[in-house]
Amino acid sequence: MTTPENVPPVLIIPLRAGEQQDMEAPGKPDSARQLVLALVFGIAFGFLLQKGGVARYEVLMGQFFLTDFTVIKVMLTAIIVGMLGIFSLRALGLVELHVKPTHYAANIVGGLLFGVGLGLLGYCPGTGVAALGQGNCDAIAGIIGLMAGSYLYAETSGYVASTIQKIGSRGEITLPELLGIRLSIFLAAFVPALVLALFALARLAP
Amino acid sequence: MQSASGAWSPYLVGTLIGLLSMATFYFSNKPLSVSTAYARLAGMVGNLFSRRHTGNLKSYQDTPPKIEWGVMLVVGMPLGAWLAAVTGGEITGVWVPALWEQHFGPDVAPRLGVALVGGMILGYGARLAGGCTSGHGISGALQLSVGSWIALPCFFVGAVATAYLLYRF
Repeated sequence: MTTPENVPPVLIIPLRAGEQQDMEAPGKPDSARQLVLALVFGIAFGFLLQKGGVARYEVLMGQFFLTDFTVIKVMLTAIIVGMLGIFSLRALGLVELHVKPTHYAANIVGGLLFGVGLGLLGYCPGTGVAALGQGNCDAIAGIIGLMAGSYLYAETSGYVASTIQKIGSRGEITLPELLGIRLSIFLAAFVPALVLALFALARLAP
Repeated sequence: MQSASGAWSPYLVGTLIGLLSMATFYFSNKPLSVSTAYARLAGMVGNLFSRRHTGNLKSYQDTPPKIEWGVMLVVGMPLGAWLAAVTGGEITGVWVPALWEQHFGPDVAPRLGVALVGGMILGYGARLAGGCTSGHGISGALQLSVGSWIALPCFFVGAVATAYLLYRF
């Protein structure tokens, strides 16, 4: 129990330059400072998911029955705030993007499969561990299933990479790049559209 | 209809998750994402049985099974949720959620069976899609990733259809 006492002062030191190098080396293990930071971020994330009610089976299923829109409200708000924040920080040169590669077929088929699993389990990978933390023990079966399903995917990953992942593989492409619009112009239209959608949702499903 | 299903407003929680996301980018140069950690943990279990077999699988060459940033994030999450539930007096301690019990009865086995199968499909789907509700749904969407804006509606379409079919019986 001596280490946690020593940690907080270390966290406050920004260490920007060294940090970037730290992260650029892909094979390099994460530093102890980063592992502790991740734990703190995880605690914050789990705390927020529970406070938002999205660690509850009833709230997630309510979203899929279209009777409770808490999940979409939380997600859409997070997307808007995060989008404004990340692109502002990036404009200041403080962060870099980590855009996931797009593979149309895998995104669609995997997304639909994910949805089927979500409807059956009633938790997603993140809200599942949050559900466990608040005492929903059925999430344990879901977590074991998630690990088994991930391993099963690994068994097929060589095949998937040479087949379905090749269909509609577009690399790390973003919406403005796809549409051939400048980022600033895209954001100037897209962010207000998302805010409007959120206001409409707040009105229709208070 | 209730205005908030959680202790805090969904808009407040969403705003704070957006800010948290900025913090992970700034301090750790990483987006919030969860599902890869399950794959890494499963790989660690796989290593207990056959290190050679697990190491030969393509996805474990890309994301090696080890404790790293993403795994620590997921380790922290139940702790945070526990803290939130304790401070809010919302610890549940149930094996069968109330909604499930109303519809399917109090038996634990059917719920755990469906949760296990659901979890497997969820895990496979997350890896195939390249992310989950956090990685695609929040982090990918806020970075305007095309694949994330495709996967996210697919998550909802699949879940709405499945939830409807499941509760019809």
